[in-house]
Amino acid sequence: MSASAIIFYIISAFILVAGLLAMTTRKIFRSAIWLLFSLIGVAALYFWLQVEFIAAVQIIVYVGGIVVLIIFSIFLTQQSGNEMPKQPLKRIIFSALAVLSGFGLTFLQIAKYNFQPTTKNFDWSVSKIGSQMLGTKAGGYALPFEVVSMLLLAAMIACIVIAMKAPSHPAPEAKELEDSKKNLARTLELSNIKSQNVLPLEEDLGGAST
Amino acid sequence: MSEVPMSHILFVSTALFFIGMYGLFTRRNMITMLMAIELILNSVNINFVVFNKYLYPEKLDGIFFVIFIITIAAAEAAIAIAIIINLYRSHRSIDVDKASEMKW
Repeated sequence: MSASAIIFYIISAFILVAGLLAMTTRKIFRSAIWLLFSLIGVAALYFWLQVEFIAAVQIIVYVGGIVVLIIFSIFLTQQSGNEMPKQPLKRIIFSALAVLSGFGLTFLQIAKYNFQPTTKNFDWSVSKIGSQMLGTKAGGYALPFEVVSMLLLAAMIACIVIAMKAPSHPAPEAKELEDSKKNLARTLELSNIKSQNVLPLEEDLGGAST
Repeated sequence: MSEVPMSHILFVSTALFFIGMYGLFTRRNMITMLMAIELILNSVNINFVVFNKYLYPEKLDGIFFVIFIITIAAAEAAIAIAIIINLYRSHRSIDVDKASEMKW
């Protein structure tokens, strides 16, 4: 067994252990960190397969983008130190059974098929990828490229629209804030009447809220 | 390179896929379900790269599929997180069992 094979088995054990822990640990923040390690392991596997471009894309987009986004959303929506509630044992057993039988069936097929890899070298280069990506001849990927760019634009606009606070239905905390502002305005008004202060109310409010 | 048979690499990607499926079945929190989907997409990407490298080394289509899958996964994660945050604002929870207004 050569060094390359040993490195492959180490990387794959790392990916699988990190993925399994990400899916079974009950603290959600730890789950996100294990997912991060698993994705780094997949990037390492791409390095081992000598497709460094995909490995770089994997690290930039997944590790640098998606996992950071997931961690931000965990901080926005969860008490990250709390444990998630335990699932019923029945569900765990049956899903493990389903998953194991699916895995056995799939891997049996793979082992039976006996793939014969060719001995030719895989010759890719970034310039080849780029010219084929924007090529309009047969085998060019210019149309999917444009479609994906439109998809990204649509996704960006949709994210802004979905996550924007609707003005007609204020969220509970916004309503509370508004109520407290009203109370503040009323007390200020009262105090204004008491002290016969002629300062306009808006100025008072602005000073009080900042 | 040749001493690692192709089926061992496919074993890793298949196992990663089914680990993601297990997470999707057992978790009830939307963010962790999103993480499970990311794992599944990654296993598919490994398959694309391996088939392209070992079976059709003169072509690049697997690489393109991987690039497009990564792009769409990023868009999908962003949209999912926007929906999750909006749901959290209205329900104070991101449990899939508690968001049952649109069920049936």
